[in-house]
Amino acid sequence: MSQPQSSKPRKPLSVFARLASGIRRPAKIHDFHGGIHPPEMKHLSNGTPIVPGPLPQQLVLPLNMHIGAPAKPLVAPGDKVLKGQMIAEPIGAVSAAIHAPTSGTVSAIGPRPIQHPSGMDAVCIVIDTDGEDQWVEHQGIADYTDKSPAELVDLIRHAGIAGMGGAGFPTSIKVNLGDHQRVEQLLINAVECEPYITADDRLMRERAEQIVTGIHILQYLLNPRRTLIGIEDNKPEAISAIKRACKGCDIEVRVVPTKYPSGGEKQLIQLLTGKEVASGQLPAQVGVVCQNVGTAYAIKRAVCDGEPLVSRVTTLTGDGVSQPGNYEVLLGTPVRDLLAHGNLAGLDIGRLVMGGPMMGFTLHNPGVPVVKTTNCIIAASPEELPEPPPEQPCIRCGSCAEVCPANLLPQQLYWHAKNDDLEKAQHHNLMDCIECGACAYVCPSHIPLVQYYRYAKGEVRQQAADQVKADKARQRFEARQARIEQEQAEKEARRQARLEANRKKKEAGPAAASTVDVAALKQASLDASKAYKAAVKAAKTAEAEGADNLAELKAEADRLKALADKAKAAVRDAKDGAPVAAAPAEDTVAKLKKQVGDASSAYKAAVKAAKAAEAEGADNVAELKAQADTLKASADALKAELREAKANAPAATAPVAQTDPVAELKKQVGDASSAYKSAVKAAKQAEEEGADNAAELRAEADKLKAAADQLKMELRDAKANAPAAPPPSAPAPTTIEQPDPVAALKKQVGDASMAYKAAVKAAKQADEEGADNATDLHSKAGELKAIADQLKAELRDAKAAAPPTPKAAPAATATTDSPAVPEEQAPQSLAEVDPEQAAKRQKRLKGLKTAYNMAHKQYKEAHAAYERAERNETASADELQAMQVKIDKLKAKADNARDALDALVEEAKADIRAHTGKDLKTLKLEAARAESALADKQQELEQQRSSASEDTLEALSSELQALESETQIARKALKQAVEEQGLAE
Amino acid sequence: MSLITSTSPHATVKNNTGAFMRQVIYATLPGLAVLTWQFGWGSVINVLWAVIVALVSEALFLKARGRNIAFYLKDYSAVVTAVLLGLALPPTAPWWLTLIGVSFAIIVAKQLYGGLGMNPFNPAMVGYVLLLISFPVAMTQWLAPGEPLSFVQSWQLFTGQLPVDGLSGATPLDTFRTAHSAGAASEGELASHSILHGQFAGLGWEWVNLAFLLGGLYLISRKIITWHIPVGFLAGLGLPALLAWLIDPVRFADPLFQLFSGGAMLGAFFIATDPVSAATSRMGRLIYALLIGLLIWVIRTFGGYPDAVAFSVLLLNLSAPFIDYYTQPRTYGHKSSKRGVS
Repeated sequence: MSQPQSSKPRKPLSVFARLASGIRRPAKIHDFHGGIHPPEMKHLSNGTPIVPGPLPQQLVLPLNMHIGAPAKPLVAPGDKVLKGQMIAEPIGAVSAAIHAPTSGTVSAIGPRPIQHPSGMDAVCIVIDTDGEDQWVEHQGIADYTDKSPAELVDLIRHAGIAGMGGAGFPTSIKVNLGDHQRVEQLLINAVECEPYITADDRLMRERAEQIVTGIHILQYLLNPRRTLIGIEDNKPEAISAIKRACKGCDIEVRVVPTKYPSGGEKQLIQLLTGKEVASGQLPAQVGVVCQNVGTAYAIKRAVCDGEPLVSRVTTLTGDGVSQPGNYEVLLGTPVRDLLAHGNLAGLDIGRLVMGGPMMGFTLHNPGVPVVKTTNCIIAASPEELPEPPPEQPCIRCGSCAEVCPANLLPQQLYWHAKNDDLEKAQHHNLMDCIECGACAYVCPSHIPLVQYYRYAKGEVRQQAADQVKADKARQRFEARQARIEQEQAEKEARRQARLEANRKKKEAGPAAASTVDVAALKQASLDASKAYKAAVKAAKTAEAEGADNLAELKAEADRLKALADKAKAAVRDAKDGAPVAAAPAEDTVAKLKKQVGDASSAYKAAVKAAKAAEAEGADNVAELKAQADTLKASADALKAELREAKANAPAATAPVAQTDPVAELKKQVGDASSAYKSAVKAAKQAEEEGADNAAELRAEADKLKAAADQLKMELRDAKANAPAAPPPSAPAPTTIEQPDPVAALKKQVGDASMAYKAAVKAAKQADEEGADNATDLHSKAGELKAIADQLKAELRDAKAAAPPTPKAAPAATATTDSPAVPEEQAPQSLAEVDPEQAAKRQKRLKGLKTAYNMAHKQYKEAHAAYERAERNETASADELQAMQVKIDKLKAKADNARDALDALVEEAKADIRAHTGKDLKTLKLEAARAESALADKQQELEQQRSSASEDTLEALSSELQALESETQIARKALKQAVEEQGLAE
Repeated sequence: MSLITSTSPHATVKNNTGAFMRQVIYATLPGLAVLTWQFGWGSVINVLWAVIVALVSEALFLKARGRNIAFYLKDYSAVVTAVLLGLALPPTAPWWLTLIGVSFAIIVAKQLYGGLGMNPFNPAMVGYVLLLISFPVAMTQWLAPGEPLSFVQSWQLFTGQLPVDGLSGATPLDTFRTAHSAGAASEGELASHSILHGQFAGLGWEWVNLAFLLGGLYLISRKIITWHIPVGFLAGLGLPALLAWLIDPVRFADPLFQLFSGGAMLGAFFIATDPVSAATSRMGRLIYALLIGLLIWVIRTFGGYPDAVAFSVLLLNLSAPFIDYYTQPRTYGHKSSKRGVS
C-alpha cells in the first residue's frame, strides 16, 4: 500500500536548519486505505470556549475508568475527602489511581451503572460533594528535568492519568518503555476525526502552551527522535495555536486531511510515518508512541501543577441540548447533571451517546458518570440520529471494502460471522478490524456490520479462552493420571515387597503367630456377638413372657453388646496392626472413655431398674441391686483404667475391680525380698564353699536388694496415692503399651465372669425367694457362663499365642506401609529377634499347647469317669484303681505338657524381654489379673459347691486349674522379669 | 426518557439498496431511448412487461417464502433484473418469450437460491441464456437499425399478431460472423455489408452502445459501481480484438466494432457489474471482468454464437468465488495477502 518511510538517522538540528529542511522537503503525509467523510457536525460545539462543568451533589467514580485492573479503594463510606485526594490506588502494573474530583464525603462504595455498552453495573466510589471544592495540599514540580524519568512515571501513575482519547490505557505504561526500546517517533494525536467532538479542538485553541509543555515532558520521558503532532485540516484555529506554541521547539505540526478514521492510532501512524503496525503488535514495536493531546495536557497539570486527573474537557452536543459546547467536567459527574447544565432543549432525546457517533456507545441510563475517557456526550433527537432502518440483504456491493481503513473485506467477514464460521472469519483477518464503523456507515443495506464483528471477535476470544481452559484441564488431568499411575505402581511395588517378605517369613515361619492371634480374636468377637444376640433374645423372650427383670436383661444385653463391640475393635486393631501402635494412648483413652461411659450408663440403668422394681415391690429387687452393684464395680474398674491410661502409664489396662495395685506391689516387694534373701543365702553358701562366682552372686543379691528397696519405695508411694498414680519406678515408657488382645480378652473374661456370678447370685436369690423368674435367671446364668467359658478358652488360646506376638507383630507390620509403626522399634525387633528361632519356638509352642490341651482333656474325662464310677459304685475297687492310675498318668502327661509349654512361654517371654526390656508392667498386671481371676474362681467354686450341679462344679474346677496354671506362669514370668529388671538396672 | 440503545456507528448514510437499484434503472434510460430510436417501441414494451412479470413473480415467491413482500419489492432488485433482461431481448420478442425468461430469472435464478444477495448467477443472464438455447430463432430476430417500427407494429409483434419474418434483419455481429462462416471473407465482401459500417462501428448499434456507455459513466460518477469491472470488461474484449485486428484486419473485426456492437456496453456497465454474482475484491473484479471480456471476444470470433455476453458472464459467475480466494487484499499490518479459504 504505502512504503514505510525510510527513517534516516537525524542529527539534532538547529532551529534554523530544521526550518530550512522543512522548507526544502515539505513533510509528507501518507494515506491509508478507505475512510469516510460523514457530516462533521463540529460547528455545533466548537464556537464557544471551554467553561467549567457543573458541581453536582453526587459524584460517581467507577473503579475502572481505565483499561486494566480496577483501582483499590483507599476510603470507606463516611470518610471526608478533599479535592485531589487519592481515593483509590492502582493495583498491579496496568492500573491507574483515582482522586476525589472535589471535596465532600464518601457516601457509598458499591455497584452503580457505569460507562459500558451493556449498561452493566460496577463498583464505584460515591462522593457527596460539600460545595467547597477544597483542594488537598498539592505542589507542582517547577522543573521536571530535576526528576528522574522513573519518578515522573510514578507520578503520572499516581496522578491517575489514562489515555484521554477513548481507550483509557494507563499512560504510565506507555511512557515507560524501558531502555531497550528506542522511540523513533512520538505522535501526538490531535486529529479528533469523529463527528461532533470538539474537546481537543477547543483545548488546543485555548491551552496550547500547556499542551506543548506536556509534550515536552513526554519527550523527556521517551526521548524520541522526532515528535509529530497530527491535526485534521478542519481545525485551522487549533493548528495555528499549536504552531504558535511550538515555535522554536522540535515539535513538528502535521496537518492531515479530514477523513474518518484518521485519528485511529494505526491510521495516524500510517498517515504521519508511513509505517504499519504489524497485526497483533503494539506501535512501540515499530518505534512509535502515540499520545492523545488531552493526555499531554493532563500530564502537564499533574507534573507542573501537582493536580491529579480530576476533570476533563468533554463536548456536550446534539440537538437535545440548547447550549452545546465544551465543559471542563469533574470526573464522576453523572451525565444527567451535565445535560441539565447544558440546558436540555426540551426535545425528545432519542439517543444518548457517550463518545462519538461512530465509535461511541448509547447509554441506557443518564446516571452513568463522565469518566477519564469520556470525550463527548451526544444528546441526539430521534431525527438527528434515528433508529437504524431495517437490515436488508447484503448485495455484496463492496462499499464496505472501499471504506475499510484496515483493508479488510467486510462483507466476507459479515457472511462468515453470520454463519458462525469463525475460522473463515479469522482467515479474513477478523481480528484486525478496529471497529471504526466505516463499513456499517456506508452499508446501503444498513447491516450493523460492526456488531457482527464484535460478536465474532467475542466468540473467537471465548474459544481461545476455552481452549486455554481445556488445555489446562487436560494438563491437570494428565498430571493426575500420571500421579495415580505412579501411586499405583508404588503401591504395587510395596505389595510385591510385602508379599516377598511374607513369603520369606512364611518360609521362616513366624507369621503364624499373628494369624493365630487374629483368628482367635475373630472368634472372640464372634462369640461376643453371639452372646449379645442370645442376651437380646432372652430379653425378648422375657418381654414376651412379661417377665419382671426386663430392664435388667436389656441392660445385660447392652453390656454384652459393648463387649462384642470391644472384641470387634480388638480384631480390627489386630488386623490393622497399625492403629495398635499408632498413638495407642489416645486410642486407649478414647476407648476407655467410651467403655466407662457405657458402663456408667449401664450401671445407672440398672440402678434405675432396681429402684423402679423396689418401688413396685417387685420380687427381684435384690437381684437387680446386685446387678447394679456388679455394673458399678465394672464401671469403677473401667474408670480406674481410664485414669491410669490418662496418666499415660505404660499399662493401658487396669486390674479389674478386685485387683489392688498396692497389693500387687506388696506381692512384688515380697517376691523381691525373698529373691534377695535367697540370693544372699546362695551367695553366702557360695562363699562358704569358696565358689568362684560368690562375688557375682553377691552382686546379684545386692542388685536384688536394690530392686526390692525400689519396689518398697514404690509401694509406699502407691499406698500414698493409690490407685491413680503409676508406680514411679516403672520402666520408662519408651514404647507405650500396646492394647494387648490378651488383656482385652482378660477383661472380657473378667466381665463375663462377673456377669455370670451376678446372674448366679440373682438366680440363687430368686430360688430362695421362690420368684417366678428363677428359671429364666438360671438359664441366663447358664448362657452367661457359656459366654464366659468361651471367652476363657479364647483367653487361654490367646495367652498361649500372645507371648511371641509383641515381637512378631511389629516384625510383621514392619514390612507393611503403615506409617504408625515406631520406626526405631521395628527394625530393632527385626534385628534382635532371630526370626528362625522365633518361628521354631512358635511351632513348638503350638504343638505343646495342643498336646497339653489333649492331655488335660483326657485327664479331665478320665477323672470325671472315675468320679462317676466312684459315686455310682458301678466299678469295682480294681477298676477304680486302674482308673486312678490312668488318671495319674494322664495328669502327669498333662502336667509335663504344661510344664514344657510354660517353659517355652517363659523362654519366649524372656527372649522378648531381653530384646524389649519393657514387659515388667505387663507381666505384673498379668500376674495380678491372673491372681484375681483365680481368687474369683475359687470364691465361685466355694459358692457353687453347695448348690450347683456336678457338671458345673467340674467345669469350674477345671477352669480353676487353668487359672492356677496361668497364675503360676504369670508369677513366674513376673518374678523373672523383676530379676532381669534388677540385673538390668 | 426512553433511549434508543444500539451499537455503533450511530450515524449511517441516508441511501439504501433500493436507491442503489433505482440509480441503475435510471442509468439504463439513455440506452433504452436509443434502442427505441433505432428499432421502435418493442424494447419499451418488453421492458415494461418484464417489470410487471418480475414484480408478480417476485411477490408470489416472497409470499411463498413468508417474507415481507412490500419490503423486499422496494429494494428494486427484481425491477433491475427485468429491465436488463428486457433490454437484452430483441425488440421483436413476443410476450411469452419475455414471460418465460423473466419469470425463470426471478423464480429459479434468484428466489430459489434465497433471494437477493444469495444468487450465484446473474438472474437476467440466466433467463437470457434459457431463452437463447430454447428459442434460438426468436432470440436472434433483430430489426434493421435506423428503421424503427411504429408503436402499433411493435405491439402487434409483442402480441404475436404480426409475423416477424418479413421484418427481421441481422445484427452487425451476426453479419460479420456469417461473412466469415465459410472461411475468411474478402475485404470487398465485408465492404458490401452496409450494416458493418456506421460512423465508427456497426450501424445503429454504435449509438446503442454509446448510450449504455454514458449510463455506465453516470453510475461510476454516482459511485454505484466502481471502474474496475467496466474497464476490465472492455479491456478484456478490446485488447485481444486490437491485437488480432492488427495482425489481420480482414479476418478480425476492429476493436471499436467489437466494443460498440451487441451487448458489449450493456454487459460491461450493467450486467457484469451485478455485485451479487461478481467477485468481491477490487483485484478480483478486475480479473473477473477481464476474463468476461476475453471470453466474449473468443466466442464472438471463434464460437457458434454472434454475441456472448450472457455466456461469458455466467461462466465467470461460476469462477467468482475461486477468483475471490486468490485476490484477497493485503490487510493493514500484514506482510502479504492471504490466499484460499482458512
